[in-house]
Amino acid sequence: MSSRRSRTITEEEINELISKLQSLLPETRRRGAGRASASKLLKETCNYIKSLHREVDDLSDRLSGLMATMDTNSAQAEIIRSLLRS
Amino acid sequence: MHFNKCSEATRNPNPTPDLNPNLNVSKTMQAAYFLRAFTVINSASPTSSTMQRRRSIRRAAYASMARAAGNRRAWSRAVLRRLHRGVCLSSSARRVVIRRRIRVSRPREPGQADVLRSLVPGGKAMDFCNLLEETATYIQCLSAQVRRGRKDIRWVYYPG
Repeated sequence: MSSRRSRTITEEEINELISKLQSLLPETRRRGAGRASASKLLKETCNYIKSLHREVDDLSDRLSGLMATMDTNSAQAEIIRSLLRS
Repeated sequence: MHFNKCSEATRNPNPTPDLNPNLNVSKTMQAAYFLRAFTVINSASPTSSTMQRRRSIRRAAYASMARAAGNRRAWSRAVLRRLHRGVCLSSSARRVVIRRRIRVSRPREPGQADVLRSLVPGGKAMDFCNLLEETATYIQCLSAQVRRGRKDIRWVYYPG
């Protein structure tokens, strides 16, 4: 990683990385096939990360609510079971 | 268990979306860490409020992501640092600024780069190329964490 700092980064390499990011976005967030501007793609990426953060929050909400209603043993058992299935 | 980081994301001249094989291994690790944290939360304080539990679960989610990614990604190191210091992980909270001696040069960056920097842990100290790579693995791990969480909840409602 340190070698990167000693050479200039080409536009091509940046485009490569940006299109890899595009491939990670869910289908609905990709701006048509191909040449979305880098700026638009970054904007979509930012929106996607924000929505993922919100989902983690939401899931934490729900899980903590569930923990309040379930006894601890069954909560753990469910998670272990789902872990083994995945 | 052979541990791989969440994705290869190195400067590969032929980047292919073949990041998934590695992701399967670390998904399990991520789940294992989360389960361990969840167990600790469970046994620690049965009388804690839902708010406290929510915060603990959220921290456990980010911690398990970061631990599965290990020290090899800047974002996971940043997350672990924050957790260690007890800093709030929410992006809306005031952040502790780490003064870095590394000069970040920012040639020809799209306008959104700074927004992205504020979203990816440790992003402010990264140059643009690193930022893009870190973002890629961060997104993969985040979405794996979300899928994990959805699965956990689904199994609670529909066990068996």
